[in-house]
Parts: sequence; C-alpha cells; structure tokens
Amino acid sequence: MPEHRIRGKVWILGDNVDTDQIIPARYLVTAEPEKLAPHFMENTIPGLASSISRGDIIVAGRNFGCGSSREHAVRAIQGCGVSLVIAKSFARIFFRNSINLGLPVIEADISVVEGAEVSVDMEKGTIAHGPETTKFEKYPEFLKKIVDSGSIINYAKEELLRQQSQS
Amino acid sequence: MVQTGKTAVEKVFSKKSGRDVRAGSIIEAEVDYVMVNDITGPPAMDAFSQLGVEPKKDKIVLIPDHFVPSKDIASATQSKKMRDFAWKYEMPNYFEVGRGGVCHQVMMEKGFATPGALIAGADSHTCTYGGLGAISVGIGSTEAGVIFGTGKMWFKVPETVRFDIDGPLDESVEGKDVILSVISRIGLEGGRYKCLEYRGSAIQQLGISDRMTIANMSSEAGAKCAFIPPDRKTEAYLEGRARNSWEFMDSDMDATYEQIIRIDASELEPVVSMPGSPANVKPVSEVDSEIDQAYIGSCTNGRIEDIRRAAAVLKGRKVHPRTRLIVVPSSQQVFEDAVSEGLVKIISEAGGYVSGPTCGACLGGYMGVLGPGEKCISSTNRNFLGRMGDKDSSVYLSNPSVVAASAVAGRIISPSEVLKVA
Ligand code: SF4
Repeated sequence: MPEHRIRGKVWILGDNVDTDQIIPARYLVTAEPEKLAPHFMENTIPGLASSISRGDIIVAGRNFGCGSSREHAVRAIQGCGVSLVIAKSFARIFFRNSINLGLPVIEADISVVEGAEVSVDMEKGTIAHGPETTKFEKYPEFLKKIVDSGSIINYAKEELLRQQSQS
Repeated sequence: MVQTGKTAVEKVFSKKSGRDVRAGSIIEAEVDYVMVNDITGPPAMDAFSQLGVEPKKDKIVLIPDHFVPSKDIASATQSKKMRDFAWKYEMPNYFEVGRGGVCHQVMMEKGFATPGALIAGADSHTCTYGGLGAISVGIGSTEAGVIFGTGKMWFKVPETVRFDIDGPLDESVEGKDVILSVISRIGLEGGRYKCLEYRGSAIQQLGISDRMTIANMSSEAGAKCAFIPPDRKTEAYLEGRARNSWEFMDSDMDATYEQIIRIDASELEPVVSMPGSPANVKPVSEVDSEIDQAYIGSCTNGRIEDIRRAAAVLKGRKVHPRTRLIVVPSSQQVFEDAVSEGLVKIISEAGGYVSGPTCGACLGGYMGVLGPGEKCISSTNRNFLGRMGDKDSSVYLSNPSVVAASAVAGRIISPSEVLKVA
C-alpha cells in the first residue's frame, strides 16, 4: 500500500503543460523511467530535471499532461523521483496513466510559491501549505482500489486470481 | 424519476458493461479491440507479461508506425520487441512495414472500427473511429497490456457535448477547418473527459474522410471520444471491409447532453492554427508567413482524399524554390492508390517528395524534422512547442489544400489565390 502522507518541496509549472514538453518524442525509444527522467521538461525549463530531488512535489495549472497518450510522461516524472503532482486540472489520459502506474495525482487549486513545503494526507483529502489547508476530492472507490494495489497490473493480477479461485 | 433517453456513448458503454449506465458511472467494460503502436506497445507487452495469462489474441491489434521503418538502433530494438511478441504468440493482427501504415488509418481501413464498437487504443488519436460511429478511447500502455490479458478495462462514462453544425459548407472548407474552428471555440480543455458528438446537415454533407479528421482532432480539445452518427456513407465505407457485424447506435432524441453548441456552417472558412496551440486559430486570409517546409500526412489528413486535394492544387505548378514539400500517405493502401491515380507523379513533377507511410515527422520523429527557426505548415494535428523538431521551430496547422498552395507560394496562402494563377 502506498504512503498516505506525502510531504515535499514544491516545483511550480503553468497551464496546458503538454506531453511534448514533459518528454519530447525523440526520447521515446525507451520506456525506462531513469533514462527518460533527464529529459523531463528540457525544452521549456532546461535544468529542471536535474534540480528535482527525490520526494519533491509538482504543482501545476490547468490541463496538465495534455497531448499524447505517452505513458512515458508519467514515467519521466516518476524517474525524477517526484512523489506527487497537484494540478488545477489534468488531461484525461495523463490522469489515467498516473493512477494506473501508481503516481499520486490530486486535482486542487492551491497558491504556493516555488520551494515551499506542502504536506498532503491522501486519506483525509487535505493539503497543508503554510498556515492554510485545502481540501480535495478523494478518488472514487474503484480508482482507490487500483491506487491501493499500487498499479493497474497488481489490481488485474488480484482480479485474475480471484476469478481463478471462484471457477 | 423518469429517465430520459441515452446518448450514443451511454448506449455503447451500457452494452459493453452489461449494465444500464449513464454519464458519470465508473464501469468495467469488454472492449472489442485494443490497439498499440511501436512506442506504446513494448511497455504494454511488459505489463502483460506480468499477468501470467494467455493473450486475448483476436482482440489485439499491433501496428508499428511511429518510428518504422526504424530510424535508429534504439527504435529498431523497440519495434523488434513488438515483432518478436507478434511471432511468439502468432498474433493474427500484426501489420508489418509495407502492409500497414499509421495505426488509426489501418484500424479503419482494415475494418476493425465499426459503428457501436468499443475500441481502446494506446494512442491519443484513437478517438478517430468516432467518425464511423464507433466509441474509441485513447488509453495508456500499461492498461493496454492489462486488456491483452483480460479483454476488459475501467472507464468513466463521459458526458456528451453536442455540436449541431447546420447549413451549407463552402467548397473551400474541409473537415480540418470544421474541427479547428470547433477547437478554437471551446479551447484545449473544452472537451476534456467528454464525448464530442457532431451532427447536422454540414456533417452529413461531408465524406467519411473529413468526418474522420473531425473525430481525430477532438483529442486536441481534450475529448475522451468522438461520435458522428453513422449513415449511408458510413455503410458504403464499411462494405467489404468491416470484420464484424455492426449495429447503428445513435443518441436518443431526448438524451441528456452536457451542452449543445450550434454552429452556422455557412460562416466557416479555411483556417490555420498558429504555432504553439491547435486552439490558436486564424482565417487563412489573415496569415502571411514564409515557410520552409510543407507537410501532408498523418492520421489527421494523410488519406487519399487529402492527397487528391493537394494534387489538384499542385498539378502543373512548382513548389517554391526555397520550400520543400513532403507528402506521406497514411497507409500502404493510400500510397498504392496515390500511385495508381497518378497523384505521386503530379506531386513529384511539382518538386515534392513522397515517401511510404509512417508517423515520421508528425511527432518530430524523423523524415522531415525541423531545424532551429524553421517554419512548417502541416496537415497534422499538433503544433506545440518543439512538436516537429527543434524547440525554436514552429508549426502551422491547416487543411491539405492550404498546405499544397503554401508549398507553391513559399508562404501561407489560400488555395484560391494559387489556383487563380494558371
Ligand atoms: S500520425 Fe501523428 S498524431 Fe497520428 S498517430 Fe502518428 S504521431 Fe500520432
């Protein structure tokens, strides 16, 4: 089961950050998070990937992850060691991919400055930033099952086992 | 409470989940096909191999297209992985170089996409098959791998936004102009998580190829899927190619829509998306920019209809000396047709370059990547920063006739301007 409390230092990104920015297509010749990570956002914010430390949190604007279906976008972020992405809203496939690969994502509108510390309680649905606390909507029951399994693969394996034991 | 009727997407998800479902429900549904390409396929295969089950072979479609024929050793290794998988399991639906093309074109051309079908594809433009009345949804690689083993996936049933596009379309207005106008109106987020349904006399007037273009670029508005009611034209297209029997599913008259947007088709004109965002749309008559490259291809506008339109502009003319024109048919079939109809000759005589099918430069892969500061007008679907090459290159999106005319003029121009000059 993944950690319910996530605490980390914030990196700020804007609106409509698309998958071509997150990981340019020329690097899609591998799906390994560690190999993708150095190129995270390299066209838009050179040097960002190497500045991020394990456990850091991304806080983005609207429609984060729009564009292609490349799961490599999530893998690149995971490869950088990012523990959580908070955005005002997410593009659809990016959201699915994050849930399915076990990268926690939260839809919330918080105002923080780069470098600030935030602390999130996934169970309670709260984000503490400075003196403020923002509530966010928790995952629906079905998605929570996938998140709690750690990934869609684990979830599918458990389901397949359950079906086998029934038949 | 009296339930109102259902939208087409609610009907398809009800059928495939075996429950009576409405927008907002999260369900598990049986998919008819799951498609992956050479970029999204290998991670799907890794995910699948962890499940320890046999693959649902008849549901799986493997189409290498993004970096094939391979551009380098890394991409060759990637597509080899897909090929090895296909041979290991004796996959019935693997489309090797020379027998396939851009994944979405192949899915429609080879009859996988049919009205009422539910198709998942590990590519964001999977929504294209909505042009034939299918519900088709872009997903990620890992979940595609799970479908390889289970045949099922979770979905949230989307709300539907309906566009009523009525009135006569000017001859110069193509499917691309309709969808770019829609995206400019609702923005990159306007269709997020939604099914975009296009109806009305203008949509009926358009052929299947233009409808596919409209459904295809619904992705740029963030849509989950697109839907165009199937009709006689759809039936004619499916004739002799559909792999399965199909059912015409359409929304009920009293279905609940999230929003209904009316568009007067007679006001539409050829448009261009300015670099940076597909939503950044201007009438072509207001754009005057020199270009280095003109590109016709992709799942959006690389069909035979598109190449015919381009050839009609190019016939007897020459590509501007400082401009290069690259034409990439979206499938082997389109390529063959373009040869036999004499279109390749017309383009070549005009000084254009024609290659076999590949996604190639559409995603900045190869075969037409842009250098620093270069400008390209393209019939593709995305013009984000660095999409087709260097981060300081720019991409303008338009219909293929405008691309062809611009290739001749060396700057962005209306086809009517070029056709005026004999
Ligand atoms: S042609 Fe372009 S948009 Fe279409 S599938 Fe290939 S890369 Fe994606």
